[in-house]
Amino acid sequence: MKFLAARRRNPLVALGLLLFALFAVGGGYAAIANIQPAQASASSQTQVEEGKRLYLAGCSSCHGMAAQGTGNGPTLLGVGAAAVDFQVGTGRMPLAAPGAQAVAKMPSYNETQVAALAAYIASLAPGPAIPTAEDTRFENADVAQGGVLFRTNCAQCHQAAGQGGALTQGKWAPNLMQATPKQMLEAMITGPQSMPVFSDATLPLKDKQAIISYVNNLQNASSPGGLDLGRLGPVTEGLFLWTAVFAALIAAAVWIGIKAR
Amino acid sequence: MTDLTPHGNTPAKLGYSPVADVPHVLRVSDTDPAAAKRAERQIASMFLLSMFLVVVFIVAFCTIDKDTNVYIPVFGEVGFLTIVLGFTSGVSILLIGTGAIQWAKKLMPDVEVVQMRHEMTSPQDATAEAAANYERGKDESGFARYKIIRRTLIGAMALFPVPLIFLLRDLWSSPASGTLTPDEILSHTLWKKGERIVVDETYQPIRPEDLPIGGLVSAVPANLMEVQEVDGNLNARGKAAIILVRMEPQEIVAQQGDGWDYQGIVAYSKICTHVGCPIALYEHRTHHLLCPCHQSTFDLANAGAVIFGPAARNMPQLPIGVDSEGYLVAMDDFNQPIGPSFWERG
Amino acid sequence: MSTTSPVETTGAAGATYLDQRLGSNKFLARNLGKVFPDHWSFMLGEIALYSFIVVLLTGTYLTLFFKPSMVELVYDGSYVPLKGIQMSEAYSSTLDISFDVRGGLLIRQMHHWSALIFVASMTVHMFRVFFTGAFRKPRELNWILGVVLVTMGLGAGFTGYSLPDDLLSGTGLQIIRGIVQSIPVIGTWGAFLLFGGEFPGTDIISRLYPIHILLIPGLILALVTFHLLMVFTQKHTQFPGPGRTNDNVVGYPLLPVYIAKAGGFFFIVFGVIALIGGLVSINPIWIFGPYTPDQVSAGSQPDWYIGWLDGALRLMPNLESHIAGFTLSWNVLIPSVIIPGLLFTLLGAYPFIEQLVTGDKREHHLLDRPRNAPTRTALGVTAITFYLLLFIGGGNDIIAAAFNLSYNSIIWFLRISLLIIPPLMFVLTRRICLGLQRRDNAKLLHGYEAGRILRLPHGEFIEAHEPLSVKQLAVITSKNDIAPLPMPQKTDIDGVKNKRYQIENLRSKVSHFFYGENIPLPSAAEIAAGQAHVAHEAAIEAPLHAYEDADQIENFHGGVLHHPGMAPTNAAQQDER
Repeated sequence: MKFLAARRRNPLVALGLLLFALFAVGGGYAAIANIQPAQASASSQTQVEEGKRLYLAGCSSCHGMAAQGTGNGPTLLGVGAAAVDFQVGTGRMPLAAPGAQAVAKMPSYNETQVAALAAYIASLAPGPAIPTAEDTRFENADVAQGGVLFRTNCAQCHQAAGQGGALTQGKWAPNLMQATPKQMLEAMITGPQSMPVFSDATLPLKDKQAIISYVNNLQNASSPGGLDLGRLGPVTEGLFLWTAVFAALIAAAVWIGIKAR
Repeated sequence: MTDLTPHGNTPAKLGYSPVADVPHVLRVSDTDPAAAKRAERQIASMFLLSMFLVVVFIVAFCTIDKDTNVYIPVFGEVGFLTIVLGFTSGVSILLIGTGAIQWAKKLMPDVEVVQMRHEMTSPQDATAEAAANYERGKDESGFARYKIIRRTLIGAMALFPVPLIFLLRDLWSSPASGTLTPDEILSHTLWKKGERIVVDETYQPIRPEDLPIGGLVSAVPANLMEVQEVDGNLNARGKAAIILVRMEPQEIVAQQGDGWDYQGIVAYSKICTHVGCPIALYEHRTHHLLCPCHQSTFDLANAGAVIFGPAARNMPQLPIGVDSEGYLVAMDDFNQPIGPSFWERG
Repeated sequence: MSTTSPVETTGAAGATYLDQRLGSNKFLARNLGKVFPDHWSFMLGEIALYSFIVVLLTGTYLTLFFKPSMVELVYDGSYVPLKGIQMSEAYSSTLDISFDVRGGLLIRQMHHWSALIFVASMTVHMFRVFFTGAFRKPRELNWILGVVLVTMGLGAGFTGYSLPDDLLSGTGLQIIRGIVQSIPVIGTWGAFLLFGGEFPGTDIISRLYPIHILLIPGLILALVTFHLLMVFTQKHTQFPGPGRTNDNVVGYPLLPVYIAKAGGFFFIVFGVIALIGGLVSINPIWIFGPYTPDQVSAGSQPDWYIGWLDGALRLMPNLESHIAGFTLSWNVLIPSVIIPGLLFTLLGAYPFIEQLVTGDKREHHLLDRPRNAPTRTALGVTAITFYLLLFIGGGNDIIAAAFNLSYNSIIWFLRISLLIIPPLMFVLTRRICLGLQRRDNAKLLHGYEAGRILRLPHGEFIEAHEPLSVKQLAVITSKNDIAPLPMPQKTDIDGVKNKRYQIENLRSKVSHFFYGENIPLPSAAEIAAGQAHVAHEAAIEAPLHAYEDADQIENFHGGVLHHPGMAPTNAAQQDER
């Protein structure tokens, strides 16, 4: 006790108290505010009904009671299960806050619920189905051809290394480094937000698989030349130059001029 | 100051610069022989380490496979050979430098010496002699006296570089285009009435039903592949590249010509009218086409009008229709030159 | 002479051999002891020189492997994601250097990094020369050489990074084509002559190649030689300080100190470049892919030194005029041709502009402190601010993506900032310089604040001031008080009209703009009196210092009563606590 009492006026005490308080409040909130998604009610019969129940609870305020769309959200008729799986599965929907575009975040629904929602929307009007495991297989795809297609169709928004890019008015094309093959395929088929729709007629599944193979390659690629500075091109290279490199060179110059002790 | 320090405070004599009249503090290595010895050892070990690292470089070069990767914290997965070669050679060379500088800082005299400057202007007699010699030379050459010789010489020298300028004319010799001028060549592309539109890279023809609402396709003329074979270059591609987008027909506010769309499918050039970057960044909900180079934005539902950015001209539109087999075709070439503006554009 | 080693004997014989043929001992006699002043900021030019040497060495290595041809082939090297793809030979050979030549990627990256360092260090060196007024007579010609060198550095860099024919640099070439094409009257012909026809053609890479490896480096080498020759003959400038005058050079002799330091620095710069060449990735062309005129990547930027021009293109409003059937693309001409043309012209002409407004024809070998030339410093800061705003504009989409902003807003913000912030910075900088001049004067007259607070016997608190050291006095009094040129008379005494009145009036007005606001130094007598006064005041404190170290403690104002067993001196007691 004497140890603590002797240091009660130590300036670090304030910092320590602050940190303790932050952790206590944060930890406490995390412990008690464990957001549990709603349990499936015992009375739902099929997946579609469950999906309808979830939809009415969580989506209808913006997308309409019959998914016909309102002023706040577009119609979901015809978007297909794939679109629902993509948007809800990546956490973009439900929208956290109005903004330039939906932000991918922690999904609010678990896998079963996402599947239920997707089934419900699919039941309302025909649309792209959720890709099967077979659809997203890319082991036999030509990664080089995938690169050509990626650079023709994707790089202008998502950047040559898939790091993402800016669109107008604060929108953006996301970074692809965490995207799963299923998400990539769904995005290409459904054209989420600003992304165009790449139909199988003009970009056959084989080509889409090649693109997925290429993006997968980008995700796992090594950086042959060393630290890769974000793969954003000359901007980050110039930043590194004017900070680290010049700091080192000027430090050396100053060191040379300083009189030895 | 005339007293000598252990490392030589050279007096002014025989061309050695005199010591400057500035305050001077002795270094530890000046007064303490043990410190000087330590400095000597430090410098020698730097050079020694440098030599050792060269050996490591050689070993690495000969043994590490060029395809090997290695995981290093912070760096991630990187090429092993490059990192090792760079590190060893870099530090090795760096050590030579630090050794030399430590040598200068710790062991060489750090007494500042002074040297006088001399005015840059030459002494009077030199200037006078130069002037006199010039006058003599001018007289003897007769350059001022022989007017005709002078003038014809100037004429000949002036015309001397002219052949070079003419030789540069054939930096562009234009056999393929005949007697067309650059602006005429720029004003035409491969597109013509009936030319089929095919998907870029796969050359697959397109039916209207292949393109969904909100869809985007980068497209080229069907004959591009053989034209490229014949030409042996990418010039035709650079002018003929287009994008097809589909929107609801009622969303089209304006076009560059009546009925240039086909059931809501519109075709626009892919080359920005600012300075020529290809554009395929299409936001299908807003129908905006965005150029990544300088952020020019075009509204494809409104005749390709510029709505933001430094481009001054609309994106040129290609009139399209379908042929007898139901594939999309161009109905004509563009009605204006595509790409960046130029003087003769009008 | 002490015992001679065999190396020394051979060396002496060699020197004699050369002397008999070249008369070189005269040169050695004059220059082995040549004095060079020592300051770290004088090494910035050295960084440029050394990085240029590294660029040349690594570049020569690359020429042994690179093939500057646009002929298309199918790639068959070891980089799998591009295997089987059609590409130009230039791109393919660059991939080979990166993946199939051991150490090739190291050299390629060293080459690119040292090119970036070359231009960056020239720029910083140029700032140093500008802000210290080292471009004044007799060094105006050297300044012009420097401006030409930095321009050529930009050209060397641009032609260089375009050689691999990758998607990113090829997009840059496409932009160049658009810029050339926009030039009135001759633009289309110019573009066709440059590219051998339409874009991209099959000639541009093989044309850029000799420009990049022969013409520009040759010119740079020649100009750098003259640049260094002038430094050698005119002797380097020096910062003001004790013992340093306008007529001498104080520093270290070439042999041995300067050779050791400059030579050592060469190895340091070389070593740093080799280190980052191997450890930090730059220009990974395999990710961009081979060039084709209908593909582009988001976030396409040129190398940093071209970034300001790209930014200018992005920020420029879309002005275009159509006159009598002809098009004038102001949206391209102004940012790409007119603004850089103006900037470089003003840059090159600046020494002459300043000489015109000062009428100062003396030689200057002592450097100015930036605060002593407020308008020059403010103009420099204004130009740098303008440049930096354009530079930021060049990366607006990456900034927008990284910080979740709208680049539309960024562009508008920068457009307006370009008009407001540079003039603001001008005013601010000038005010700060003048404020610093006032502070210098206060130091001269009242000494510098020593940071010690004294309480006088009657209760007043004062801050102790100390007289300036020899070095500080020399530095502060080095200021040149330049008077603005006097206003001309409309007529002379006899009533004859002054034909040059308008020009002289303008000149005088500009001179007043430059030097009208100046805080003149106090006279030498005032300074001496002030310093003496301060020294006298400082002496009052002396007994206090004696007290701190004294063995005997006396009861004194603020002293500590001494008990047996306590440490004898105040200083020792402080340590104990």
